[in-house]
Amino acid sequence: MGCILTQEGFAGLMRELAKSYRLYGPVNKAGEGRFAGIDVVRYDFIRQAEELVLDRKSDYAFKEILTPLSETLFYFTENQVKEADMEMQEVLVFLRSCDLHAVRRLDQMYLHNGPAEDPFYRRVREKLHFVLIGCQKSGPDCFCVDMGTNRCEEGYVFSIDNIDESYRFEVKDEAFLPFFAAQGCTEAPVTPRYVTENAVHVELPETVPLSIYKSNLWDEYSTRCINCGRCNFVCPTCTCYTMQDAYYTDNGKVGERRRVAASCMVDGYTNVAGGGQYRKSNGERMRFKVLHKVYDFRRRFGYDMCVGCGRCDMVCPEYISFSACINKLARTVKEETT
Amino acid sequence: MTSNPYIPFPSRILEVIRHTAKEYTFRMAFEGAVKPGQFFEVSIPKFGEAPISVSGIQPGSVDLTIRKVGRVTNEVFEHYTGQTLLLRGPYGNGFDLSLYEQGEVVVVAGGTGVSPVRGVISALAETADAADKHVIVGFRSPDDLLFRDDLAVWKDKLDLTLTVDGAPEGYVGNIGLVTKYIPTLPLRDPTTAKAVVVGPPAMMRFSVQGLLQRGLREENIWVSQERKMCCGLGKCGHCRIGMHYVCLDGPVFNYTQSKEMLD
Repeated sequence: MGCILTQEGFAGLMRELAKSYRLYGPVNKAGEGRFAGIDVVRYDFIRQAEELVLDRKSDYAFKEILTPLSETLFYFTENQVKEADMEMQEVLVFLRSCDLHAVRRLDQMYLHNGPAEDPFYRRVREKLHFVLIGCQKSGPDCFCVDMGTNRCEEGYVFSIDNIDESYRFEVKDEAFLPFFAAQGCTEAPVTPRYVTENAVHVELPETVPLSIYKSNLWDEYSTRCINCGRCNFVCPTCTCYTMQDAYYTDNGKVGERRRVAASCMVDGYTNVAGGGQYRKSNGERMRFKVLHKVYDFRRRFGYDMCVGCGRCDMVCPEYISFSACINKLARTVKEETT
Repeated sequence: MTSNPYIPFPSRILEVIRHTAKEYTFRMAFEGAVKPGQFFEVSIPKFGEAPISVSGIQPGSVDLTIRKVGRVTNEVFEHYTGQTLLLRGPYGNGFDLSLYEQGEVVVVAGGTGVSPVRGVISALAETADAADKHVIVGFRSPDDLLFRDDLAVWKDKLDLTLTVDGAPEGYVGNIGLVTKYIPTLPLRDPTTAKAVVVGPPAMMRFSVQGLLQRGLREENIWVSQERKMCCGLGKCGHCRIGMHYVCLDGPVFNYTQSKEMLD
């Protein structure tokens, strides 16, 4: 069902929703960007409608609510192990189509790869409901259309589109209808907006011959990439973590086990006992990451991991373009197979 | 949360067997199905977890041969018989012993790579045609030998070649890399012989090359891969090679598969 609200109606809607849900969405952090006087759009909990950024893509993805940068799993006290508590409130997550597609990739890893579900992921995941933010135009780095992630037809409770002074919603989950009725919404057919054209295009290699793994196409990244790992941390589909134990200096009998976000680009990711490591050069790490996103994940699960959000291009301090790399890969594959 | 696969279980240390100054075998109480080549996460709260291969399986216990090389393993060495360690596992596919019962088999293992295949070699030693089982094990030096008691037993039961990379003057025994002994393996029919290769990456690469040159078929060769692993459950991502997760699909891979796992 479609609903239309005025600006005041939208403000009222968010106020009422905030009484039953925690609201998690893209927020403008004034002056917190990479340079002096530059803002950054990151996810955070919000209380009112004005905080929600609807006109730009967020610089960071929503994923930190599901996979925090650092998450305590257990507390240890002498011989006792206690699972960390979690807040039990339901959360509404406001995100765009590419990110909603990314949720499926996160679920794939944490819930469906291997024989057991990840219980820490599961318990948060169950509390999340997604609100689809419509896209009025493509960002300069987006390539969602070629990745097939520009549109969602399910997986959200309602959608939101801001057109001039009006706010348009497609309510998918009827349980939310009373919230809209309470604001005196006007019923009208609403379809969430989505982009059908990006400036950036990618060609995906169907198969990647083994020779590509050792090809010199990756060499340029050995010299350009500084293995800072930012691309992994902004990526909505990167899931890797490292276990980290800590004990409290005041009392060595008490401590905790955490998992912290890991980056396949950063030193130490592959270190094994005795000092061995794999993929020492940044070019090899780039190959590991890029082939995962557009080939290896697909070979395992049947669809591509990359959702074409373009955030890795936006954040790279060396201006390395992921989409350009995919195209270079596809070109090289073609050259090698013809 | 009903069953949390990240929660380790306590296991009593039944015995500690010292091999070298830095390598001990911890015999841990364990009831349950387990195969050679599988691994456990040894979990020491406040220090961390480390994946350790199963180096032996007995009724009611498993052996974990551990090298003291890091934060977790240093702490493991502070534990003694009668104390408990926390474990998670077993994880991984392990070796399918039924594949190696019949016919000619070659095992090539180097250093700590001997641990995951110790159970395989012990099983080979008990087969009816143990003379057809050829085992080449290499260590860095005479001081680095693991499983001396087993080596003494295996020597009498199957065709064992024990070698060291280097030794002080006066050492009696084979000196040289494991690959040196592959060309002269007394194989009757290399095209049907099976092989298991475990050790450092370069050692595995050259050993497989040597076996292929002898005429062994790719599909008759198995290797075991080592990677950093933080979970053992297919979640943390560290052990991925291409489309495979070593902790789930491995660590044992048939060579037809592993040759395509370039990293």
